[in-house]
Amino acid sequence: MSSHAHAHPVPHAPTGFVSKYIFSTDHKVIGIQYFLLALTAVTVGIVLSLLMRFHLVWPSAHLPFVSGGIMTPEQYASLVTMHGTIMVFFVLTTAPQGGFGNYFLPIQIGAPDMAFPRLNMLSFWVTFVAFLCAIAAFFVPGGAPLSGWTGYAPLSGLGEVTGPGEGWGQTMWILAIALFCLGALLGALNFIATTIDLRAPGMTLFRMPLTVWGWFVTAILGLLAFGVLLAGGVLLLLDRSAGTSFFAPAGLVINDQLQPHSGGSPLLWQHLFWFFGHPEVYIAILPGMGAASHILSTFCRKPVFGYRAMAMAICAIGFLGFVVWGHHMFVSGMSPYSAFAFSVMTMSIGVPSAIKTFNWLGTLWGGRIQFRSAMLFAIGFVSLFVSGGLSGLFLAQPSVDNLLHATYYVVAHFHLVMGVAAIFGIFAATYFWFPKMFGRMMNDGLGKLHFWITFIGAYCIFMPMHWVGVAGGIRRYADPSGVTYLAGLQPLHEFMTISAFVTGAAQLIFIFNFFYSLKFGPKATKNPWNATTLEWDTDSPPPLDNFNGNYPSVYRGPYEYSVPGMKEDFIPQWLTPELVAREK
Amino acid sequence: MPTGTATPDVEIIHTGSTGGNGRNGKGGDDGQGGGHGEPHRSGDVPQRAYVTGMIVGLGGILMFFMALVSAYIVHKGMPGSDWRILAVPRVLWLNTAILLASSFTLAHSRARFRAADEEGFRHWWGVTTILGVFFLAGQAIAWRQLVAAGIALASNASASFFYLFTAAHGLHVVGGITALGVVLLRGPNQTARRMTRATLSEVVSMYWHFMDGLWVFLFALLMLGR
Repeated sequence: MSSHAHAHPVPHAPTGFVSKYIFSTDHKVIGIQYFLLALTAVTVGIVLSLLMRFHLVWPSAHLPFVSGGIMTPEQYASLVTMHGTIMVFFVLTTAPQGGFGNYFLPIQIGAPDMAFPRLNMLSFWVTFVAFLCAIAAFFVPGGAPLSGWTGYAPLSGLGEVTGPGEGWGQTMWILAIALFCLGALLGALNFIATTIDLRAPGMTLFRMPLTVWGWFVTAILGLLAFGVLLAGGVLLLLDRSAGTSFFAPAGLVINDQLQPHSGGSPLLWQHLFWFFGHPEVYIAILPGMGAASHILSTFCRKPVFGYRAMAMAICAIGFLGFVVWGHHMFVSGMSPYSAFAFSVMTMSIGVPSAIKTFNWLGTLWGGRIQFRSAMLFAIGFVSLFVSGGLSGLFLAQPSVDNLLHATYYVVAHFHLVMGVAAIFGIFAATYFWFPKMFGRMMNDGLGKLHFWITFIGAYCIFMPMHWVGVAGGIRRYADPSGVTYLAGLQPLHEFMTISAFVTGAAQLIFIFNFFYSLKFGPKATKNPWNATTLEWDTDSPPPLDNFNGNYPSVYRGPYEYSVPGMKEDFIPQWLTPELVAREK
Repeated sequence: MPTGTATPDVEIIHTGSTGGNGRNGKGGDDGQGGGHGEPHRSGDVPQRAYVTGMIVGLGGILMFFMALVSAYIVHKGMPGSDWRILAVPRVLWLNTAILLASSFTLAHSRARFRAADEEGFRHWWGVTTILGVFFLAGQAIAWRQLVAAGIALASNASASFFYLFTAAHGLHVVGGITALGVVLLRGPNQTARRMTRATLSEVVSMYWHFMDGLWVFLFALLMLGR
């Protein structure tokens, strides 16, 4: 490394195991903690989904992890609930934002850490306790709750009377969600302050990598959305434990018992929940969009096509995400005029989404594409985002949604666009940044194998699912084989279940590759991908303060690849104009 | 591959006005020199980050309360709601006056701080803290009056919202009083800290004024929206 003008004293790393790896204030350690939390959570989530898929096809078979051996409809509903909760909160929100955002946002803007390192540590540990609460829901009397990841009232608001798991289990669920909200709010605060105030000299907003744009806008969404869910959670908890009637209507009779509540509104919960819930979709996907843009550009050796449009599209999607929550409630009896407004706003999200897709294709067009594992997953992200997003245009229309609501069509739609696409973003980011995070390279051959099985497998699971939905297959039914008109769809269910098991097994390739490479992978250089952004200006893995006291300055945009007249096909952001002139 | 140097021909985006107050991000030596003129470098945590953090945090808190407020408005307008007009305890007027007064004493205290009048600063800061405690005591009196009148949390929707608003706001005021107290206890010698005393008193007073304004809004809502 040649000279950085403003050298700072290099801080000493903490030496004790606990202060270095457990209660660390280093954003890189916290990022890895979030990542490992998500890895644990995704393992649980996948096991739950495989149990469900298995039960759908062989409903009378004995299953492991199921008390009594044969699954009851209530147990199936609790699996649905916990699968959704764990995946949405502790995987799709935790890994892209808490994991990679924490690790790379400060480095990519040239900062030594987050603005508030101790708050950052607190965010993680609150999230960790939230995860423990969620998992504890399986083990409390009555087991896990039944009311879905959306926790719809009054099912969720009345206590044990509405079913097993609605007593203790639902309370644990609310506690988990409330704690998660707190952790996410503190994290969002840190991300926003860091992005606004800790950027390196020269790092203007429109020189920020699109990953940083993704994390920044995601943090704003989180700040505005999680507080609302927290408020809803408080009201729900009061309904359950203090006898209030925010969500529980009067005259409700359950199991021949008149409930003591009066005058609440179940729809109020839906509004509060989806005001959070729809932005949550973009909280899950925006960091993936940033990572996909970043990685496509790097491995095409081309600048991102329409960088400014990409950044503005992220902002537009973030804004529109707050005005479309009603499309989750088309069948709730809402006024057709409101439904029309929500419908138009929802379809207008197609505009920035199309801008992004067009620009991704524009980035790929004519590029010298290097098909590394990270690149394959980034291309896969684009594919899944388009496939999953297009069905959203159908669901955005109230008249169509009336038929498709609560069918497998919806399940297929949101799994492709929010679940699998976001997971592909996480995988792309993992393959891309693993060398920087752990100083070793992952095996590319295994990575490609992992990609192809997962990519084809995901389509095999979720494409037929659209058809099941159009044919009337209702989601959350524990056993469709007993329904006459659904019996003909069983072969499709079998195909999807087998695909799910194969795809699930393929993830073991990833797990093996991850941990094997951690220990035995070839050593990574500082900049193995010849990339341009600041994280590649430092050691792999980076030192405690990220830059060994030599904080970089930034001289240009983030994606200067294949600039004509240059010897190298990339100009890093930290290279001075004099050095660039010499390189010609 | 050659790496960069920081030459002055770049577009420096930092103003440098807060430079020198921060210190090296992680456990370096204390950099509270103040005004040695060097522009802020990315190795420092600038003091304005704390102000930004407070503004952003208040935005999150605002969303939490606005969710409750929208629930209140929806609930009140709903056909099946068991909304009863709540006789809001009159002590709330006094509490509101106390909280408003505390904002003025706080502003005065900050003015004394800027005038380097340590004693005046501590005096009026202390008065603000005590007024905060009085406000909370007043809120507790209002609760006792309601309970004595037989109106409990679950009695009806408007009562539920009254307790909810006052409790949620009161908890935030407890946090504010704690922060006010911390400033008093820490004293003027803060050289070993990342956040300067000026910044600390600034962000704490931002929080306090926000809680004051929020209460005025909630009180108006409770009075006018009954």
